Parts: sequence; structure tokens; C-alpha cells
Amino acid sequence: MSDPLLRVEHLTMRFGGLVAINDLSITAERGHITALIGPNGAGKTTVFNCITGFYKPTEGRIALRHGDAAIWNELDALTGEGRRSRVRRDGALFLLERMPDFEVVRKARVARTFQNIRLFPGMTVLENLLVAQHTPLMRASGWTVLGLFGVPSYGKAERAAIEKARAWLDRIGLIDRADDPAGDLPYGAQRELEIARAMCTDPVLLCLDEPAAGLNPSESAKLARFLRMLRNEHATSILLIEHDMSVVMEISDHVIVLDHGVKIADGPPDAVRNDQKVIAAYLGVEDDEVSKVEAEVGL
Amino acid sequence: MTAEASKHASRPDIVRALRAAAFTGLVAFGLLLPLIAFRAIHDIRNELVLETRWPLFAAFVASAFVGQLIWQLLPRDRLKKMLAEFSRSPRKLAAAASTCALAAIILWIVGTAGFGAEAEIAFGLSYLFAFATIAFLIGAAAAWVTTRYPTSSAPGRERRHQIGIGLRMAGLGFLIAYPLMMLWLAGSQGSIKWIDNFGIQILIYVMLGWGLNIVVGLAGLLDLGYVAFYAVGAYSFALLAKNGLPFIAFASEYPYLAVDFYQLGPWAFWVLLPIAGILAAFWGILLGFPVLRLRGDYLAIVTLAFGEIIRLVLINWVDLTNGYAGISGVPRPSFFGIPFIEGEGGFAARYGLKFEAIHRTIFLYYVILVLALITALVTIRLRRLPIGRAWEALRENEIACRALGINTTTTKLTAFAIGAMFGGFAGSFFAARQGFISPESFTFMESAVIVAIVVLGGMGSQIGVAIAAIIMIGGTELMRELDVLKVIFGKGFDPTQYRMLLFGLGMVLIMIWKPRGLISKRQPSVFLKERKAVSSAHVREGHG
Amino acid sequence: MEVFVQQLINGITLGSIYGLIAIGYTMVFGILGMVNFAHGDVFMVSAFIALIAFLILSAWIGAGLIALTLLIVLIIAMVMTSVLNWAIERVAYRPLRGSFRLAPLISAIGMSILLMNFVQVAQGPRNKAIPPLFADVIVLFTVDGYDVTVSYKQIVIWLVTGVLLLAFWYLVSKTALGRAQRACEQDQRMAALVGVNVDRTISITFIIAAALAAVAGTMYLIHYGVVSFADGFTPGVKAFTAAVLGGIGSLPGAVIGGLAIGLIETFWSAYFSSDYKDVAAFSILVVVMIFLPQGLLGRPEVEKV
Repeated sequence: MSDPLLRVEHLTMRFGGLVAINDLSITAERGHITALIGPNGAGKTTVFNCITGFYKPTEGRIALRHGDAAIWNELDALTGEGRRSRVRRDGALFLLERMPDFEVVRKARVARTFQNIRLFPGMTVLENLLVAQHTPLMRASGWTVLGLFGVPSYGKAERAAIEKARAWLDRIGLIDRADDPAGDLPYGAQRELEIARAMCTDPVLLCLDEPAAGLNPSESAKLARFLRMLRNEHATSILLIEHDMSVVMEISDHVIVLDHGVKIADGPPDAVRNDQKVIAAYLGVEDDEVSKVEAEVGL
Repeated sequence: MTAEASKHASRPDIVRALRAAAFTGLVAFGLLLPLIAFRAIHDIRNELVLETRWPLFAAFVASAFVGQLIWQLLPRDRLKKMLAEFSRSPRKLAAAASTCALAAIILWIVGTAGFGAEAEIAFGLSYLFAFATIAFLIGAAAAWVTTRYPTSSAPGRERRHQIGIGLRMAGLGFLIAYPLMMLWLAGSQGSIKWIDNFGIQILIYVMLGWGLNIVVGLAGLLDLGYVAFYAVGAYSFALLAKNGLPFIAFASEYPYLAVDFYQLGPWAFWVLLPIAGILAAFWGILLGFPVLRLRGDYLAIVTLAFGEIIRLVLINWVDLTNGYAGISGVPRPSFFGIPFIEGEGGFAARYGLKFEAIHRTIFLYYVILVLALITALVTIRLRRLPIGRAWEALRENEIACRALGINTTTTKLTAFAIGAMFGGFAGSFFAARQGFISPESFTFMESAVIVAIVVLGGMGSQIGVAIAAIIMIGGTELMRELDVLKVIFGKGFDPTQYRMLLFGLGMVLIMIWKPRGLISKRQPSVFLKERKAVSSAHVREGHG
Repeated sequence: MEVFVQQLINGITLGSIYGLIAIGYTMVFGILGMVNFAHGDVFMVSAFIALIAFLILSAWIGAGLIALTLLIVLIIAMVMTSVLNWAIERVAYRPLRGSFRLAPLISAIGMSILLMNFVQVAQGPRNKAIPPLFADVIVLFTVDGYDVTVSYKQIVIWLVTGVLLLAFWYLVSKTALGRAQRACEQDQRMAALVGVNVDRTISITFIIAAALAAVAGTMYLIHYGVVSFADGFTPGVKAFTAAVLGGIGSLPGAVIGGLAIGLIETFWSAYFSSDYKDVAAFSILVVVMIFLPQGLLGRPEVEKV
């Protein structure tokens, strides 16, 4: 049964004359790992940047819901109202393309990682995870004013935040390096720390941009186990950009294939794997040959 | 290497050294010929004529030549190794300290026994040796701690941390005792200079450095117009203290509303200090808002422009600020309502003391000490709050901050506003201490000096900033005291002329020596098991 | 109208001086990515060198051959200022290349303070005034008793600036040196790999920047007839403003920016108040930075996530 968490509809993103994404519609199901694959330059990261508010899409709608699926019925009404979100007791609906980046994380609870790791290298591993809990800690510190005078509730909140960080560090096996600078960690550990940091924001949707890039096969396998654990044990759905097909095929529930900013395939991993258009796109054949192949498969 | 071989190897070395020295001499010749050999002066008819100074010029070029020659011929690697060994050995450093102490004592005795110029030289040298003694002693203690408690072991690190806290306490004790100590050492007339020119002056810059450190060191936003907030604080204080607090008064006649001024009397300083800080913070937000989208050098240059605009407005808005002439007769701070005046009702009469100017100076010293400490404590506190961590995260990676739900605009604005607020406090203190302010005190040079203190100290490190302020401000102030140079270079020699020249030279040299500043390690705001300083290799400097 | 034309003439004169200094800022920024804060003071030193060379020469040659004197003064100032800037780069900036971003900036501010105070100590704090040169004016036309004039010194400034800008343009756009400079701007390591001598290219950049600043310094001396040790800062900041206005890193941008700042300043003084002319220049900088951060001719910076 379909239970969409995120609905991207008719998304178009143009940079000057360049069309990076053209009329793209995709959905990510709740509790699923949805993989977004495609050759370099297909527009995958641009989709992420639109979802997480870093880019304002030229056209289209990006909607995300919390709670009860019935709230989807109000999507058109919300769009018509020109507001960013509708929050009710049993659920909430957000139009991500209308929200600034920090609110996408704060309110809609969509977290992300980056293709080129973006940690805070001069801060310790623990500090990295505390920065991720900025929003609740900020509230606990009375927007700094109360915290400045040392209210006990802030101390309690900070201890809780450290506990949460400790739990994540245990899970990724970095507890012994908690007080070392993040820039000092080996590459694979930095990738995991970035994911743990994103998880510290309590996301309902986690967008991972090539988390396995630069990892060796055993690290990739460990990552795959970790991602599956995230899906199974936390109420977090995952949207994944990845080039490592072993990871994609192993853990994804659903695969979407992009090429030149348009969706060319969409389905369960096995179906996508045998899709002619996908093979053509991945083999990197010339454009005219692609259209030949496309003609053959009847596009 | 055998003696034979080294002799062979040294010949081309000499040739190369001579060649390098000749080249340096030539460059020095070219550089100094126009500005040292000739001096354009106005003669009696006020026409420009040239005066030549060939001997001075020759001396400069020759010293450049000889200096380079010695530098080239020195066995630098061996010296570097020896110096490193020396600086690591507590015993050798202690020996050097005792030698210097001995020299200082002997010269002091010679000075007391002698007359005239010789005595002055002896005294001057004795001071220099005394400074060297202190420096070597500090070095010896540091070397002892390093060897005794290596950073590679966890207990060593913990012990070092405790020593650090102990040193900070000792430093604080010294700062509290300083004016009384000076009063005891130099008497109530002689100590004014030491408390005012050194103590208060340095503490103002320490406070400004700490305030700007929030913006530059923590948030990584390069602000070259910080002096604007210092000026806003000073002018707000001066104008409000002189004219009174404006408020809207109701009248029974037309136009029914009028602006009246409430005179604050002796409490002016205490009421206006927070107001000046808030006004400066308000200006921080006002100026910060449009420029926060800018990055890197663009931000630097726009803040510089804002600083200049504010200074130019202060110069040109004569009705309000009295232009270049400045505002004089700014009310001085009172001892919590009791003014420092001679006679009835003054501080001295009230407490049964003889009236002396030093009372106010000592009081001002403690006021700025408390203000500076508040700045430091608030900053320490803020670093442990989410806002402080967000500032540092912003410096490390702005895009990652946005992906973690941090509103970068408000985060930057708070850094700007809080930094500006401390600048405003310092400004109002400055106005109250001087009793006179003019736009001259708020030039770009001031901003440059404050930024220099922050960067030289090591961005983000409060102790580093304090040390840099002491070295740069204290060092240049000390130039005034070096009468010994007058004896060496002749009566006409005025060491104060060279203060800013040496200040600039010092900035260049410290940057080349330590590009990351004196204290480049970052202390984490929180730790799970053990506090470990973060090496500067990982810490980013921000792009704003 | 007549005021407008007159101010146009004055503004272009002033603007060409700013433009010459601005090129130095923009070239160094382009190749090293640093704001060379000492550049304004290098300009001031060059004006002093020109002043002293002028005093020496006018004693020797006499006042008759004024054009020859000027030519020699210009050459001396250019050569000596180049040596100075070469030495500054060598001593204060090269050891910091590739280090912490703020280190060269602070070093440059230190160098600026050093130069200013060195000149103050070596030459004294007073303004130095020379007798007016090329003081004669040509009356272009007269409207209602208002003479619109152009002075010989303005013509001299235009000519010298124009000729040197052409030579400079040829140097950076048509020679191997210019190619090496552009290569270093893009990627120093790659340039080194393909055989560009990066150190020398950067040194030459500083030398060219200084030579143009020296032209500006000499023109400044002719234009105002007076120079003091503190004269580096304000023209320096305005020239930097010009470089940013034109789009930092862009050479034509620096010239256009310089002219724009010169015109803004003279028109503001003429039509509004000369008190606030610097405020106007700085305000325009702020406004341009906020609404057009890449400047008039600069390439827009794309944020890469």
C-alpha cells in the first residue's frame, strides 16, 4: 500500500539557460529507503538541494507530511492559501519549496548530509553532535538569555543532549574519539559521523548524498547495515543518492533513476536493474544512441 | 664532517653570503635613498628645500649589508637546534635568568653610584635586564611544566589544565593588586602614569579585543569597522551625560508635547553605561543586517566603510558632535554617586582621606577591570551555550550549519550585536575616563589595532588576546619610558615617535613567526571523558 | 550645464588617479586573493619619492625643461616604488603565502602602519607643498561669466594615465607575462606544473602594481601640489572601493570604478556638500556590495552546496 512521506511534483530547476531538472515527479514512502541514482550530472544533488531548501526551485511543489496520511487531502488547499505549512494535532503538512533551509530542518525535520563531507573540523566529535541539537538546546537556554544566568533547566537539557550524542557515538563506534577534533578522524568515520550528526536533529526524512563514496567494500557493507538499522529502529525514512550499486541494490526498497534531469525509471531494485533505458544511461552511450535505444524500448 | 671538508664547503658559502649581502645592501640603497638620504623641509620662507643626511643613510645601508652577511654566515641550523634545546631546558633558562638578575642588580648599583649620562644608561640597561630576567623565569617555568607534564599523557594534560587555572587565578590576583602595588612602589604622584597609561589603557584594549573576538575569533566574521561601535558608545555617553536623558514632557499649552532632558547628576555614568551598550548593540544590528550576506574580504571592506562613514558623520555633523573640536567636559564617573572632587561631599572628604587625583584613577582602573572581566565571563558562558557553539560552527562550515537548522542570519547578527555592545561599554568608559572625545580617537587605525590584537593573540583565545594586548599596547607605551635610548642616540632622539613604527613592524614579524597567533590551540566547549585542546591545523578561520 | 562639464573634467582627472591605484589592488587580489592594505601607503611613498626627485631635478635642470623633469621624476618614482613593493612582497607576504587567510591581511595592515610612520619619522609630519606646476588653464567656453576650463596639469594627467594604461593593457593581455598572471590567478599549483614561475609572476605583479601606483603618486603630487605621510589611507580606501565597485579581479573594472568614484566625489561636492563627499563614496560602496556583490564587471560568485 502506498504511504508517501514526501511528494515532489513537477519540479523544474533552471540555472540561467541550463535546465538541471525538468518536470520531475517522485515520491518517497514512509519507512522506506528510496534510492536516487543516475549518471553524473543527472541532477540528483540538485533535487536534494531543492528538497532541503538550499535552492528555490523554478517550478513545482515539494510536500512532506508528518503523522496521519489523511492530511494529504489538504495539500491543494494549503498550496492555494500561499502558506508554508499546516500543523494539526494528528499530523502536519509542509511545502518545502516555500521554506528557508534552516526551517526545513527545524520544522519539517528533513536532515541531510553532503557529497563532500561538511563537518566542523575544528570542533570535537561531541561538539559536532551538540551543534546538531541546536534548536532544542536553544529553546532550553531560553534563547540564550536564561542560559546566561545558568538556569538549571539548561544544564539538564545539555546533559540530555550529551547523552543522546553518546548513544549515537556508541552506535557508530566513535565513543573513544568523542573528544578529538572531527577533522582528525579517518575518512570513513567522518562519513558516519556526518550521518549521526544529521540523525541528532531527529529527522523524519534523512537525505544522504553519496554516503558510500570513498569507502572500501567492507566499510560500504558496514554502512549498508547501519542504514538498514536506521530505517528499522528509528522512525526515519531515507532518501539516498548513491553510485555504489551493491549498496543501492542491497538496502533500497525503491529506486528512482534520473538522467539529464528527467526520471527514466522508477520501481523496486530488481525491476530497475534490468531496465533498458537505465542500462543505456549508465553505459554512457552517446545521446543519439540513447534515443535509438529509447526508440527501441518504446519511449 | 671533517675540518678539511668544512673548509672547502665554506668558501662558496662566503661568496654566496657576500652576494646576498651585496644584493640586500643594493635594495636598501634603492629603498632608502629618497626617504633617508634626503629630507624635504620647509625653510624660513616656507619653501621646500632638501636637506641631506648621507651619514645616516650610509649607516642604514651598511647595517643592512652587514646584517644580511651575518645572517647568511650564521650556522642557522645549529643555532636553531641550540635555541630549541635551550628553550626546552628549565635549568639553562633558570641560569640565564639568574645571570640577567645579577646584571640588573650590578647595573642598578652602578647607576645609583654614578652621575649623569652614565648613570642613566646603567639604569636603563638595568631595567632591560630586569625584563629579561622575568622573561627567562617565565620561560624556565614553562619549560619545567612541559618536561614534567607532557601532553601525550592524560594525567599530564589534566595537570596542565590545573596549572593553567592556577595561573589564571594568579594573573587575576595580580590585576587586582596591581594599582595598590604601584601606589606603594611609586607613590601617589608617580603611580598615576603606571595605573592610567599602562593599566587602564591596556585593559581598554583587552576589553575591545575580547569584544571583537566574539565576532572575528568565534563567528569568523572579519569586522574592520569595530571602532564604529566604540565611537557610538563614547558619543552616546558623552552626549547623554552632558545634555541629560531626553524624554517627552507634557505641557498644558500648545504644542502640548515637548522634549525635555532629565539630568542624571553624579549617577550619569552608571545609568548611561548600559544605555550606551544597548545603543551600540542596536547599531551593530542595524549595520550588520545588510552586510551579512557578504563573505570574506567583501564583508571586511564594507565594515571598514561603515566605520569610516560613522567617523565622517561625527566630524561633519557639527551641531550634534562639535565636529573635529570634539566634546569636552564629559562628566566623570562617580564613586557610586559620590564624585571625586576636592572639598565637601567629595570622595576624599567623605572617607576622611586627603584629596588626590590618584583616587579616581584607581577607581577607574577597577571599573575597567570589572568591565573586561564581565566581557570575558560572558564570552566563556556564551561559548558553552548553543549560540556560542553555533558561532563556532558558522566559522567552521556555514553550509553545514544551515543543514542543521541554524538560522545563520540571526546567529551572525547576535555575534555582531554582542560584540558591538561590549565595544559600546568600552567606548562609554573611554569617554568618561578622558572627559573629552573627538573623532580623532576613532580612526581606522584603532580598528586595525584591535583586529591585530585579536589575530596576533590567536583567534578565539581569550588569554592570547590579553597577552597580545599587553605586548602591543604595553610595549608601545613602554617606548615612552625608554630614556636610555635618548642617551644612546642623543638628546634629540624621541622614542615615542617610533612607537607606531615598531607597532607595525611587530605586527608583520609576529604574523611571520606565528601566522595562527600566539595561542593557536582551541579549547573545546564541552568534553565527554577528557579535555583535549584542538590543534590549529583543524580549526577554520571562517569565510565571512 | 557649464558646472556639469567642469565637474566632469575634474572628476575624470581625480578618477584616473584612483583608477591607477585601483589596478594595483585588483591585480594583487586577483593573483593572491588578499587585500593589499599597504598599497595606499605604497602610493603615498611614491608621491614622496616623486617630490624628492622633483626637488633634486629642479635644482639641477632648472624650471625651464618642465616636461623633461616630469618624465625623469616619473621614471625614478616608478623604479623606486617597484623596488619597495617587490621588497614588501618578499619580506611580509611571501612567507605567509598558503597560510592562514587572515595572516597576510594583518601583515599588510602592519606594513601599512610601518610605511606611514616611517615616512612620518623620516620626512617629518608636516604637509609638503611644491610650487604649482602646469598651472595655466585653457578656457574651453564661457557661459554667463562662468569659465569652463581645463588646466594643463589635467591634460598632462590624462595623457600620462592614458599612455601608461595602454602600455599596461598590452603587457597583461598580449604578452607571455600576462598569460602567466592569468594562469596563476586560476590555479597556482597547476601553473607551476606547466612551467610558470609562480614566485616571479607574483613579484612582477607587485612591481607592476607599484609602478602604476607611482604614476598615480606623481599625478597626485602634480594635481594637489601637496603631500603628507597620512595621504595614503583615504585615497587607498577609495581606490579599493573603486576596485570593488568595478568588480575586483577585473582590470577594466578597476579603471571604470576609479572614474566612477572620482566622478561621484566631484559631483557630490559640486551639487551637495563637500563635507559629505567621502560619506557618499563609501555609501555607494556599501550599496553596490549589497545589491551587486560581484561589482560592475566582475564574475558573479555561485554558491556551491
